[in-house]
Amino acid sequence: MVISAASIYLLATSYARGTVYYTVPFEPASQVMFAIEMGIALLLLWLGIRFKQYIAVALVLVQSALMLFYEFTMGMGMEPVKNLFFDQFSIIMAMIIGIIGSLIAVYAVSYMKTYHGHHPEVRDRRRFFFFVTFIFLAAMFGLVFSNNLLWIFFFWEITTLASFLLIGYAESEEATNNAFLALKMNLLGGIAFAVAIIYLASADPAGGLLELDTLIASGQAVAIVPAVLISFAGLTKAAQMPFSGWLVGAMVAPTPVSALLHSSTMVKAGVYIIVRFAPVLAGSLAGMSIGLVGAVTFLVASGIAISQSNAKKVLAYSTIANLGLIVACAGVGTYKLIWAAILLIIFHAIAKSLLFLCVGTVEHRTGSRDIEDMDGLIVRMPRLAAMMFVGIAGMFLAPFGMLISKWAAIEGFIDAPFGIIFVTILAFGGAVTVFFWAKWMGKIISVTPYGENVEGTISREKWTVLSILTVLTVLAALLFPLISSGLIEPYLLGVFGETARLAQDNIIIMALMISLLLILPFSLPFYAKGGKTMPAYMCGRTVTTDLKFAGSAGIERTMTTRNYYFTEYFGEGKLLRIANPVCILLILLAGAIMAGVVM
Amino acid sequence: MAIIYLVLAPVLGGLIAGIDRRITARMQGRVGPPILQPFYDVAKLFEKEDVTVTPSQNFYILSYLVFMAVTGALFFAGEDLLLVIFAFTLAHIFIVLGAYAAFSPYSYVGAERELIALMAYEPMIILTAVGFYLVTGSFYVGDIAASQIPVILYLPGVFLGFLTILTIKLRKSPFDISTSHHAHQELVKGLTTEFSGATLGKIEIAHWYETVVLLGIVYLFFGFNPLLALVVIAVAYLLEIFIDNTFSRMKWQMTMKSGWGSAAILGFLNLAVLYYFYLGV
Repeated sequence: MVISAASIYLLATSYARGTVYYTVPFEPASQVMFAIEMGIALLLLWLGIRFKQYIAVALVLVQSALMLFYEFTMGMGMEPVKNLFFDQFSIIMAMIIGIIGSLIAVYAVSYMKTYHGHHPEVRDRRRFFFFVTFIFLAAMFGLVFSNNLLWIFFFWEITTLASFLLIGYAESEEATNNAFLALKMNLLGGIAFAVAIIYLASADPAGGLLELDTLIASGQAVAIVPAVLISFAGLTKAAQMPFSGWLVGAMVAPTPVSALLHSSTMVKAGVYIIVRFAPVLAGSLAGMSIGLVGAVTFLVASGIAISQSNAKKVLAYSTIANLGLIVACAGVGTYKLIWAAILLIIFHAIAKSLLFLCVGTVEHRTGSRDIEDMDGLIVRMPRLAAMMFVGIAGMFLAPFGMLISKWAAIEGFIDAPFGIIFVTILAFGGAVTVFFWAKWMGKIISVTPYGENVEGTISREKWTVLSILTVLTVLAALLFPLISSGLIEPYLLGVFGETARLAQDNIIIMALMISLLLILPFSLPFYAKGGKTMPAYMCGRTVTTDLKFAGSAGIERTMTTRNYYFTEYFGEGKLLRIANPVCILLILLAGAIMAGVVM
Repeated sequence: MAIIYLVLAPVLGGLIAGIDRRITARMQGRVGPPILQPFYDVAKLFEKEDVTVTPSQNFYILSYLVFMAVTGALFFAGEDLLLVIFAFTLAHIFIVLGAYAAFSPYSYVGAERELIALMAYEPMIILTAVGFYLVTGSFYVGDIAASQIPVILYLPGVFLGFLTILTIKLRKSPFDISTSHHAHQELVKGLTTEFSGATLGKIEIAHWYETVVLLGIVYLFFGFNPLLALVVIAVAYLLEIFIDNTFSRMKWQMTMKSGWGSAAILGFLNLAVLYYFYLGV
């Protein structure tokens, strides 16, 4: 099992790097794809009827009807020539999928073994699990290397199917329901994608517009309608409000699945496609309202993250928030913002996968994924806590990646039309982000006077993957100027004719700050030597070493600490009640503008 | 400039703290300590035994002091104001982490409250930087300070907003929710409860560095006329002392409302008007 996974892992990574150097534009296999698509539709219909999910059935029917209509009335004689392509942006995506995705797969091998030990009630379908995982990764590769919209759509639908199957892996009622929730929301997006294809096919019967590069280069007048439709599909896949529910629900799946969905696959497909269409959306009112959907999502999801104590839920809302920021950048679509958006995609993938895998490991060791139970993690699992610490720092602190990108986003928005609204939202959202990450960080580094080391049984594969991701988080912050000048800037020059970068002196300062951060921990052993330690101040009460004290009426109590969650201000239900309608209105606005163009 | 800052800022910050204590005393009808008292206090702290709950606290506070100094050095070297703000946040996260590390009920509550204060002032401080950029066309402190444009005339709202968060930042009443100089309250000393000796001394020095940077940002509003700037800084600080002595501590909700309210109303409206007139949209 381990060996097979390792070989597949090698294959996957070398594949990722191999494609950097060559592409093969082979003859289209559209007919096969169409057949598979219909097969998938039948499978989904059968599952939908079996689980009495009739909305999903209806959505599948609508989508298949659209594709059948396309295939039989327009599909003939329509053969776009350039089916595959790759550019710097595809390579970045492929690196993320290939490296992060396969690291998660390696981790999953060890994780799933423990998972089935912990959950004897779940049917052991590990072969199926890894089969779907690799299909998922393969579909992601297909998606980022396809230039033919029909092909993109095909891979798009496969990622929907794969995530549906993986979310429902546990086969419990909750898992099945959440899997169908994900399916329904993504099918909505799929329908919009199908409509875009039909629109393009009717606009240009020769099929030239079905080529991504031709379409994007054809300008706003032609491309705005499909751009908005496909961006809508991107919004559903990237779990923007009001579609955020599926990604939050997806955490019922085994943790490596969450890590995949959140970092290297699925949601990244959503933002990938919106960033691709950014040149079309830029400067249009429709693009602006899509950008605002992202901005509102960023602010509100960050707020909701404050009120959550379930670590996976906090991670889920933080993902939704960061995707919101990427969508906001892409919707407004100036070259500076796309630079920020691509950086966000890279840094987020690394730090978020690290955090998910850390939480998964903690859950298996301690039996809880609640942040409140992570007191003194630094005592119980010092190495893991340190890695989690780096991951969290990577998400919100200078001089790490996510903060660099947010900084770039602020500088980008200022010069964009209506930018002040976005900058203000970013300022508030950023402050909220600092709060919920820092209180989590504080929880794990609290040095409790009790607790013993339980790290021993974590398998070597897990350590390897976690260490690599930790190192990557730091390296990415150090080396991002190279990624930027080698890949992002050429891409931007190709698309926009100009490019953004961070000023040289700022890069040097950031590098110096990172080195300081790496040096300072060496003061720890020095401090550990000298000095006297005393128990914490407990108002003069007599306290035992594990912080038990005699409470009122002689009852022995233990000192506990809890974080603030402010559910009355930042509660999930409360904020979603406001944010969902706002986002629906914005999407309708974009739809109305698009309809105006059609008429 | 940066090196001068590293050497002189603690001296200046300590003097300000001394003057602060003297004026506060006079406002309360006391004679008050000598102006140099803060230096005596810190010198004494450094002679004390190193007592901690957990040694890792000292590491976080060392990092706090180092990054506070870095923040100020970047500021006075004329670097990017946003970078200065991010380094500033980083420094603050370290003191909060130090308080968390001790796993003590009082410092824990203090840490959480300090984070609330951080969340409260952060938006306004970013909008302040954005305001400077809109008026002077640069994020670099050097360019902003050298600009001959009377920045204050374009950013009156932002200036008032900044004064509000300055009160939060300096932990003056009514916003001293995380810790204060008076250890006679339900928090004990909150954030700093578990620090003593040289570590507490470092926190004091970091606070001096911090005060100088914050007053430096006030200077940027009046960079066109250095003399006026110095007068305004003195008046602004006097105002802070006055507020400190006339208000009692309020709940954390008040801190949030003041911080976010000033950012949303004073800051945003000011910038929106500016944006409209300057950029046409």
